[in-house]
Amino acid sequence: MGREFLEGNEAIARGAMKAECDFFAGYPITPASSILHYMLQLAPQIGGVAIQAEDEIASMGLCIAAAMAGRRAMTATSGPGISLYSESVGLAQIGETPMVIVNVQRQGPATGSATKGAEGDIQFTRWVTSGGLPIIALSPATVGESYELTYRAFNLAEQYRSPVFLLTSKEIGVTRESVDLDEIELPPLARRKLVEPGKTYLPHAFEHSKDVPAFSEFGGDHVARFTTSTHDQAGYLTSKPGVVQEMIDHYAAKIDTAADDMALVKEDRQDGAKTVIISYGITSRSAAVAVEQARSRGLKVSSLVLQTLWPTPERAVLSALDGVTRAVVPEMNMGQYLLEIERLAPPGVEVVGVNKMDTALISPAEILQAVEP
Amino acid sequence: MVEHRTTYMTDAIGPLPYCPGCGHHFVIKALDKALVNLQLDPKEVVIVTDIGCIGLSDRYFVTNAFHGLHGRSITYGCGLKLARPELTVIVLAGDGGCGIGGAHLLNVARRNIGVTLIVANNFNYGMTGGQHSVTTPVGGVTTTTPWGNVEGPMDLCGTAVAAGAAWVARSTMFEKNLADTMTDAIKQPGFAMLDVWELCTAYYSPRNQLKKKDVDTLLDRYDCKLGVLADNPRPEYSESYREAYKAGSTATRTKTSIEQRFTSKVTKQTGIVIAGNAGQKIKSTATLFAQAAMSAGLAATQKDDYPITVMTGHSLAEIILSPQRIDYTAIETPDHLVLISAEGLERIRSRIGDLPQTSTIYTDENLDVPPTGARVVRLPLAATAAKIGRLSIAVIALGAVLKDTGMFPTEAFATAITMFQGAKIAEVNLKAVEAGASLVHPDETSSAP
Repeated sequence: MGREFLEGNEAIARGAMKAECDFFAGYPITPASSILHYMLQLAPQIGGVAIQAEDEIASMGLCIAAAMAGRRAMTATSGPGISLYSESVGLAQIGETPMVIVNVQRQGPATGSATKGAEGDIQFTRWVTSGGLPIIALSPATVGESYELTYRAFNLAEQYRSPVFLLTSKEIGVTRESVDLDEIELPPLARRKLVEPGKTYLPHAFEHSKDVPAFSEFGGDHVARFTTSTHDQAGYLTSKPGVVQEMIDHYAAKIDTAADDMALVKEDRQDGAKTVIISYGITSRSAAVAVEQARSRGLKVSSLVLQTLWPTPERAVLSALDGVTRAVVPEMNMGQYLLEIERLAPPGVEVVGVNKMDTALISPAEILQAVEP
Repeated sequence: MVEHRTTYMTDAIGPLPYCPGCGHHFVIKALDKALVNLQLDPKEVVIVTDIGCIGLSDRYFVTNAFHGLHGRSITYGCGLKLARPELTVIVLAGDGGCGIGGAHLLNVARRNIGVTLIVANNFNYGMTGGQHSVTTPVGGVTTTTPWGNVEGPMDLCGTAVAAGAAWVARSTMFEKNLADTMTDAIKQPGFAMLDVWELCTAYYSPRNQLKKKDVDTLLDRYDCKLGVLADNPRPEYSESYREAYKAGSTATRTKTSIEQRFTSKVTKQTGIVIAGNAGQKIKSTATLFAQAAMSAGLAATQKDDYPITVMTGHSLAEIILSPQRIDYTAIETPDHLVLISAEGLERIRSRIGDLPQTSTIYTDENLDVPPTGARVVRLPLAATAAKIGRLSIAVIALGAVLKDTGMFPTEAFATAITMFQGAKIAEVNLKAVEAGASLVHPDETSSAP
């Protein structure tokens, strides 16, 4: 394609198409609406369906059902919409539904500022629904990464039969950047593992807790069952505590045990640095400038940028915290991922947040102040 | 050939779980008969159930089963149908589900998505303890209307008809032709709704002395007729969608990639803020300018600032150009500030005083720029736009900026305009670039006092 001047939301739609997304449902909301617009243009080109639903709950319902009928489904909204998605995210978890959910974060709470950026939904994403089971969430920092991580989100959704969040923000979604999408290296396209025709289909079959059940679509070779209720491997309602616990263990294990495989991070370690900046999303770009400025002033500072937020890339975080005495965590919220870093920080590491929610980007200077107080 | 089936139910998990006399027995058995009448492949049929007592029924069928959240069964039915139009999708919901999912009922009827909705309507919530629903008659005693319901009931059929449903019928658990009516409902290619009035023998019937004979009285009381109430076939949504979007599938993508054809003199990250108001093409002109910069080999970002209303108020565009990768996308100190309108000036006024002398303000000659350390270049932007075209004022301004700064050739701007704009608009804007450039004569620019 060559270099284009794209906004993050268009890159998400292009990433989805690269991942052969053939079903999209969404409800208009600033600053995510343009994903709906792009998908309405693009999805029909590969025989897909894109539809403006009557509300956010319908968006999720349409996507979940379409995904269980074999489609590669995506929806997109912003914070207020995620509130309405909440119950349905649980349905996608219990039904082991592969799908991608984009959250173009904006300033909240409530209606907040529709056209202003924030990173206020980080823990909301982790605990988005009843039950508290593990969640997968990726967070791009650039327009190019919006493309790449949307594609990768589909791969994870398919590999783990799970809903996967893409946590972007107004600051990336509706900011244009010069980018060449063709230069971005992508892994091979993943597809959900299918049950062989003729074999018995148990919709939630696993031998070991962490196994991802093979899939058969509604309207396919097997009679399929899907239920929102606690169920056994065959998808039949059950209230037997032993079976219920086995299923819960399975939902958790298939994601938790794969945390290292899902961990996408960018590490920029400096020998002898006693301070590390741990960042993600748009703020990681301010962190990059802060690191450059600090080093040009002779300070030693390391950086860890997280593209996978959930499950927490614990190994990478622990490695980055090894040998430092100070971890600086800048976020456009009042301190959310900070909690994860505090949880993981060994004794002797001071964890410092750089936090604000005034809708402006956190500046490199503000981060530098925390690096060198 | 598919074997002839005498039932679509299985007794593998025991008898139906309903109370003695519950209307759901009748609905489920009628559905089984209807499926036998139609002799469909169980793998091509999906029974979608809502939450409520009726939601316990899908597992007694040998077809596909989809049991989802309360009130959302219609959305799952629609998702399945949109994904695989060849499936027969039957949604079983209660009156409770139709209440909480009212928006979905209106929209499936309006869109005519080919699912069949069967409502097991027993005037209250059986599963959660006999609370009132949207169909509870006035005066009806329920757990949540202990002194009699004061809310008027919703006529589900009337509502569906008003929303444009292609096929609507009403029946009761006692009607002899219930299975045949259900068969007709399932055969409809578009959306079909069958509202089945029932007894809830656990709660509503004993509390309100509602027996078989009283159902007729209730129908009369609300002037509700039995039988087919609407039969207006029209194209099913999936068909209409595929027809409408055929054009889209063959549409050629407009070229958006930009090759380097020019060179630039920009050596460091440079911030440009263009401040105007809605309707002055600020955002789209900024995009063209950034694309032009890209054709001169630069990296670019663009952020816009505007109120949520579109046709009124300020409109600001922030462009960053750099020979290197751009990380931080905020412009703390604009190198070039372009003031096009009073509203734009007001939006950015507080930042002008602090601008250093390394910054330049390009302003329309009639704007009252506050005291600043920056170099100020006054230009007849509005006057020039009055001659060339009102919508080209931002192009004129940026033409002047290019001439003054030499960041990249005005030819690059002109090329971007030709490449990305329609011929008519481009023709005007090409003149605007030249007119803008000609406004700047290095020896004639006026500086701030």
